[in-house]
Order: sequence, then structure tokens, then C-alpha cells
Amino acid sequence: METSYLIETIIKIVTILLVFSALAGLGTYFERKVLAFMQRRLGPMMVGPYGLAQVAADGIKLFTKEDIIPTNVVARIFKIAPVITAATAFMAAAAIPFMPSFTIGGYTVNPIVSDINVGILYVLGVMAVGLYGPLLGGMASANKFSLLSAARGAAVFISYEVITGLSLLAPLMMVGSLSLIDLNNFQIEGQWMAVYQPVAFVLFWIAGFAETGRTPFHLVANDHEIIDGFGTEYSGMRWGLFFIGEYANMFFYSFLLAIIFLGGFGDGSVFGAFALLGKVAFFFFFFLWTRAAWPDVRPDQLMWLCWKVLMPLAVINIVITGFVLMF
Amino acid sequence: MRKLPSLQDFKDRNVAEGSSYYNIDGEAYPETGWAQFKQVVTRTFRLELFVGLWVVLREMFKFNIHTVQYPAEKLPIGPRYRAVHEMQRLWESGTERCIGCGLCEKICISDCIRMDTKIDENSRKAVTEYTINLGRCIFCGYCAEVCPELAIVHGGRYENVSEQRAHYIGFEDMLTPLDMAISGKVAEYPGFGAVTPHEDERVKVTPLAY
Ligand code: SF4
Ligand code: SF4
Repeated sequence: METSYLIETIIKIVTILLVFSALAGLGTYFERKVLAFMQRRLGPMMVGPYGLAQVAADGIKLFTKEDIIPTNVVARIFKIAPVITAATAFMAAAAIPFMPSFTIGGYTVNPIVSDINVGILYVLGVMAVGLYGPLLGGMASANKFSLLSAARGAAVFISYEVITGLSLLAPLMMVGSLSLIDLNNFQIEGQWMAVYQPVAFVLFWIAGFAETGRTPFHLVANDHEIIDGFGTEYSGMRWGLFFIGEYANMFFYSFLLAIIFLGGFGDGSVFGAFALLGKVAFFFFFFLWTRAAWPDVRPDQLMWLCWKVLMPLAVINIVITGFVLMF
Repeated sequence: MRKLPSLQDFKDRNVAEGSSYYNIDGEAYPETGWAQFKQVVTRTFRLELFVGLWVVLREMFKFNIHTVQYPAEKLPIGPRYRAVHEMQRLWESGTERCIGCGLCEKICISDCIRMDTKIDENSRKAVTEYTINLGRCIFCGYCAEVCPELAIVHGGRYENVSEQRAHYIGFEDMLTPLDMAISGKVAEYPGFGAVTPHEDERVKVTPLAY
């Protein structure tokens, strides 16, 4: 058992790393195309047919660019910060079931690296550690705008961790397990979790924008100073790692939304697997869609939304769920 | 339907009742906490956010793209646009019009024309070097104005990108290609300061001795 288990796990890890790094690249392409179409533009068109090779061109550019370490930065922390973002994003993927289990040549494969019994807790915990990437990167950059952005980003992340956790409590109370597979299987017999817990669904979705730092809550970038925020001093592949981390997070968060609230892969049929991919694609598209449609909110509005609206709603939701479960 | 304003309405800057000025958002800001709360709730349940989402989605499916794919497609520029210089030839014979008089070099106020001449084998003055530093040219048009032969003119090419900060265009780059000149594809504007048709009959290569 041991060797085969080891080999299987390594293959899974490598597959996830490769697939999602590639998807992060493709994600940038789709983002540019979708944003462009929504703004009546064409987006990238030059490299390859319909600009498809743009992803490769960007990759080559990122890899071959000079890796600049500016003079006054705290070099060690500055260098490690982007790795934290990318690594935590991928570590979080370890407990996410990407597909129902299937059988090749009599060997059953579970497309999840490790079905630990505290799955969702682990995923959210590791995603939360991802905060240290922007925070340390911004603090080590010796640039006051990076620092401001890092501070703002940290405030947003920490506040919205509360919403993520609280909004998930109610579904978890219903299921009685933290494993994502159990969460998925719970929805096979009954309805989707979004039907039982619409408030929790919407809250978790909203919090996702803050967790991944996407547009209505894109406060990690200093739009008002027209610079990029905590990544200002970064160049080349170090900046690319921040980018891969952000996009991988978007994909993983979309998986979480689809698995916890929209029935996941259902009973594990082929149709279920494709349905899961469809749901994930929709959530990913929604991340891009809102970026084209909505402006960023101000930091104080964001805090107001978090502490005065979403958190009370989440708490009320938990109390009501508790009463319903009890009686 | 709103009555279309007349020109008189536009000239009326008096913001008063009945003028064409109107407030876009007439709602006053809520002042009490309760009013603020009510505003938030109504805005949330009116699903105002989804209006924006719908608008961009509609534009995406309409696919009414407004971009020009620039290097491949170019917007037409005005026919009288005056940009990068061209050296003209005579229409019928294709002889270069520039006689190497040097007036353009002399008048250029940013000193960016550099030219050199020699006496060629027919004992005629011929241009050997002729460059314009487009990095310094301010496109004042004096060189075209002063040229006695209508040789140097401003053309319609407006792209001056180069890998070098000081980049030059040489005589050959500016010179109208011979086949274009002879086939009459070169557009020149009629009127004062333009060559007349059948100029060749009058402006043969000037004989040195009669
Ligand atoms: S346009 Fe003016 S600045 Fe440019 S070359 Fe002619 S005279 Fe010189
Ligand atoms: S002024 Fe005209 S003819 Fe004289 S050198 Fe310049 S381009 Fe040639």
C-alpha cells in the first residue's frame, strides 16, 4: 500500500500544480478577453490566432525578466513573500476534491490529495496564511505605498476571514462534518446547500471577493495612486508568483463555492464531474464579470459592510439554523 | 419624451426652473441613521448591482466591437495632414526634383537637416547625403515652404517610432519610388505651390550650356 499510495499522491500533487499553474495563465487570457468584450474591445489579438499564444509570451517574459531586488528592501523577506502567496494557494488545494473518484484499469483514483476530516477548516486556514505574502511583501519593500497597500490588504483579509468562517458555520452545523467530500455527499439526496442556506451562500460568495482580492474589494492595489500596491517593487517571476497565487486562489475558491453550496460533483457520475467544472467556470466568470461592471468600494465602506452588515447577518443565520436544527 | 432643447436653451446658462439643466440624482443624502438604513435596504433589494452586471453582459453578447487593430488597420487621416517628409520626383520622367540648393538645410530652425552635394560626372550638382533627424524636427514646414523645386514636402506618414533616440531618415527613404512617380499615383494638391501637369516639357534636366 505504502509505495503505491506515495506514487499516487505525488502524481496527484504534480498534476494539480501543473494544471492550476497553466490554468492561472489561461485565466489571465480569459480575463483579458472577457473584460475586453464587455468593454467593446477585442483584447489580445497579436500573438497567435486570436491572441492565444499571449499566455506563452507572458510566461517567457516573466521568466526571462531581470529579478530586481531594490536597495533598501529586507532582502530575505522580500524574496520569500511571493512564494508564500503561491505556496499557500496550492497547499490549500490538497483538501479539495476536484472530481468524483474514478477507476482506471481496476485502480480507483480519488482526485483529492488528502481527504482529511477537517478539510474545509484546513483549506480556509491555509488560504488565510496566504495573507502573509502581500503583507510581508509590502512591509519588506521599503516603499510607503506598498506598505499602505499591505496594511489595507491585511485589514480586509482579516475582517473577511470572520465572514467566511461564520457564514460556513451554518452549513457545517447541518452536515456535521468538515470534510469536503461529506459536504458534497450531503447534497446528493437532498437539495443543494444553497437552497437550505441562501444567506450563507451569498455571504460566502461576497467574502470570496475579499479573500482573493478581486474587484469590488480590490484594495490591495493602490488605484488612487495609480500603482500596483504591495507588488510595486516586484519584477519578473517573483511578481508572477503573486499573480499565479491570486488566480489559483480564484479557482480554488470557485471550487469551494461549487462543492459546498451548489451540489459539487453530485453522485460522482461523469455528468456530475462536468457539472462541477461548469459551476466552477461560472464562478470564475463571475469574478471577471464583476470586475467589468462594478467599481471598487472605499476601505471604510468595506469595513462597514463587513462588520455592520455581513457579520450580523451571518450570526443571525447561525442562530436561526441552530433553532431550526434543534426543534 | 423630453422636448429637445433648442440652441437658445443651450445658451441659457441660468440654472433655473425650465432650463435644460437638471439634476441627475435628485435624492438628497439621508441625514438620520434610520434614513441611511432605509436607503441601504431599498438599494439592496432593488438589486441595483445587477443593473451594471446586465449592461456589461449585454454589450458582450452584442459584440459590437469598436476597436481598430492598429498596425494592420489604420484610420484614415485628413488629406491635408502634414507629417513625415517626402522627396518628390517629376511626374512623367521621374527625375528627382531636388537640385541640392541647400535652402532647406539653411532655414531649418531646429537644425535637423544635414546634406552634402558634389559635382557629378555630367558636371551637375547632385545630392550625396541628405538626412532629416526626425527626433529633432518640429514639423514647422519651413523646409517645404522654402524649397524652390517643390521637392521636399510633408507626407501622410505619421509613425516615427525608432529604436534609436536620434533617428534619421535618409534621402532614399523619403524619395518617392520611381514607379509610383511615373504611374502618377502620387497625390499632390493643385493650386499655388504645386507642380502643374506637363511640367516635364518645361523643366527638362536643365542644360548646362545653351
Ligand atoms: S519641418 Fe521644420 S524642423 Fe522639420 S526639417 Fe523642415 S524646417 Fe526643419
Ligand atoms: S530646398 Fe528643396 S531643392 Fe533645395 S536642397 Fe532642399 S529639398 Fe533640395
